[in-house]
Amino acid sequence: MSSSIENLVNREYKFGFVTDIEADTIPAGLGEDTVRAISAKKHEPAWLLDWRLKALRRWTTMKEPHWGNVRYEPIDYQDQVYYSAPRTAKPLGSMDDVDPKLREAYDKLGIPLKEQQVLAGVAVDAVFDSVSVGTTYREQLAKLGIIFCSLGEAVREHPDLVRKYLGTVVPYSDNFYASLNSAVFSDGSFVYVPPGVRCPMELSTYFRINAANTGQFERTLIIADTGAYVSYLEGCTAPKRATNQLHAAVVELIALENATVKYSTVQNWYAGDEEGRGGIFNFVTKRGKCAGANSKISWTQVETGSAITWKYPSVILQGDNSVGEFYSVAVVNHHQQADTGTKMLHLGRNTRSNIVSKGISAGQGNNSYRGRVFVGPKAAGARNYTQCDSMLIGNRCGAHTFPYIEVGNDTAQVEHEASTSKIGEDQIFYLQQRGISKENAVSMIVAGFCKDVFKELPMEFALEAQQLLGITLEGSVG
Amino acid sequence: MLDIRDLQAKVGGGNDILKGINLAVKAGEIHAVMGPNGSGKSTLAQVLAGNPAYEVTGGSATFDGRDLFGMQPEERAQAGLFMAFQYPVEIPGVSNAYFLRSAYNEIRKAHGEEEVDPLEFLDIMERNLALVDMDQSMLQRSVNAGFSGGEKKRNEILQMAVLRPRLAILDETDSGLDIDALRIVAEGVNKLRRPDNATIVVTHYQRLLNHIVPDFVHVLSAGRIVKSGGKELALELEEKGYDWLETPAEAVA
Ligand SMILES: Nc1ncnc2c1ncn2[C@@H]1O[C@H](COP(=O)(O)OP(=O)(O)O)[C@@H](O)[C@H]1O
Ligand SMILES: [Mg+2]
Repeated sequence: MSSSIENLVNREYKFGFVTDIEADTIPAGLGEDTVRAISAKKHEPAWLLDWRLKALRRWTTMKEPHWGNVRYEPIDYQDQVYYSAPRTAKPLGSMDDVDPKLREAYDKLGIPLKEQQVLAGVAVDAVFDSVSVGTTYREQLAKLGIIFCSLGEAVREHPDLVRKYLGTVVPYSDNFYASLNSAVFSDGSFVYVPPGVRCPMELSTYFRINAANTGQFERTLIIADTGAYVSYLEGCTAPKRATNQLHAAVVELIALENATVKYSTVQNWYAGDEEGRGGIFNFVTKRGKCAGANSKISWTQVETGSAITWKYPSVILQGDNSVGEFYSVAVVNHHQQADTGTKMLHLGRNTRSNIVSKGISAGQGNNSYRGRVFVGPKAAGARNYTQCDSMLIGNRCGAHTFPYIEVGNDTAQVEHEASTSKIGEDQIFYLQQRGISKENAVSMIVAGFCKDVFKELPMEFALEAQQLLGITLEGSVG
Repeated sequence: MLDIRDLQAKVGGGNDILKGINLAVKAGEIHAVMGPNGSGKSTLAQVLAGNPAYEVTGGSATFDGRDLFGMQPEERAQAGLFMAFQYPVEIPGVSNAYFLRSAYNEIRKAHGEEEVDPLEFLDIMERNLALVDMDQSMLQRSVNAGFSGGEKKRNEILQMAVLRPRLAILDETDSGLDIDALRIVAEGVNKLRRPDNATIVVTHYQRLLNHIVPDFVHVLSAGRIVKSGGKELALELEEKGYDWLETPAEAVA
């Protein structure tokens, strides 16, 4: 065979640049002093400092989890920087006050922050290392009573809301990384949509890790009050560095009665080089609670970056008739490893969940789907449908599925379907014979495989996600 | 247009399957390539289209003066070479409309022409769908996925109609078709015939040639063209079978 499907891809990671900006950094290491210093920098109230300290004490008693199907060298948590902020970051009168260097960095990422040229129809909160550097469209949203700001600001300006909901979905004691995050979280986004309000635009946070040896520990809290609707998108990139960087975020979503939260992620953290050197360790806890009846939480994720991805966006289906959804595309190439999936916890009656997972493995990448569907004794009439498909590109990659199903109510219906396929030389040649290049042929086949997930993304981002996938897989077919 | 000299090729690591093919095709001509199963007809078609699973071990081929074997498969397609597959491939999740428009635009781009937008393309499709008696619903279906055998073959002809190749190679487009589908396919090919394009019809049976009348018929046996003639040759084969022509490779060597 003159050509085999191996080593499809290698375009440069185009977000790998470093911005040279003076930073205010707390030295590496983690102890009560670190936590107090972070809290002091952010002028936090005492209750939040106490909460952080409880989390830290809890964390010191916990062990790093190793049940994920991923391998990596031990992480020295004392060798990490837990806080780094661009020195010029301060509360801004207007987006036009953003430091030009930061604005330039976001321009390069395709995220304009200048008021005149903001992304049409999308409000953006830009988080650079540990802090938010600006949020667009705030005033328009405020007129509707929608709060969209950094979590730091929310603590100062809406302390009651934050205190009421923070940690109610992911408690500080939840797991190793969530506890770590609770102790040292720096910034992230906060969204509150008041009763009956439908948020008229996409809200979005763009996370950027810039500084070396610095972890990003952002925390996002989104609340849709009774009858409210919000769609939120998260994007992320980081410079190319030879050492691994830690990212341990927490996202909490709350949907009250009749409310809907749609959360989409396009994750493109630096993945490391072809030999598997460097890249982001992405250990993330994302969970939503359908607290009220008829509420809905929908997760859509396109995971193309990171050296290691460990995340399970989940939904607690507490309200009767509530709906949880998880649509996922996870791509690994070279030496990337992903262990991702979801948990759907059916507690209320007639709760429904839908899981669609598409895993693509190329190079020597290793991709695992891990899912748990739990139906509690009171969840009469609960239904779950899970579809879990894997696509292999080449012979050296891996795909695995670990579905766990526990049903405690015999009126529940749970269905699971799984498939594994190989991208075919014959498919690629067929498209080439019609005039389409090999690279575009692979993108097209993969996009077709992911169609059921892409159609859940907000329109503006579906195309971006498709292109990103093409770039990640470039060169994976020789 | 196409000039093949002493072409030798193999697949899957074994011995040569094509053992020295000579064939010249000029604009405006229809050539039929016939021969028993396993004689190398599909191998010839695949090698001309550039399937990387096949290896050219000797000889040459030019297409409009260009060295065919120096071109990537997509470059050959962009230069106007089209192959209707004996076994069309399924691409789940990719709509026929999107696939065909991408192909159409890639070929236009290669010729320095403007891409067409989805609406313009719909007009083009409507005209061509009628040619193969297919309705619009097939545009939204995934490429060949879940198509019946006959639908797959008609979809190949639809693609040919849209892409308007200079040289079309139809690899057993007739096999597995009932008589109505056969007529639709043949009419499609006939309507697309122009003085500046050419067609190579690869077939095992004579019956397609009742509908598509070839200028030349070549008989392939064990990797060689053992006889060439006019359209009467097809009828002669129909009557006598292939046995009277077959020359074991060893006997010649
Ligand atoms: N992938 C393959 N690997 C090995 N041998 C093959 C392969 N494809 C075809 N062949 C062999 O090549 C010969 C010619 O096949 P083919 O060109 O398909 O013939 P035809 O189209 O005339 O029926 C046959 O002997 C067949 O067994
Ligand atoms: Mg054949």
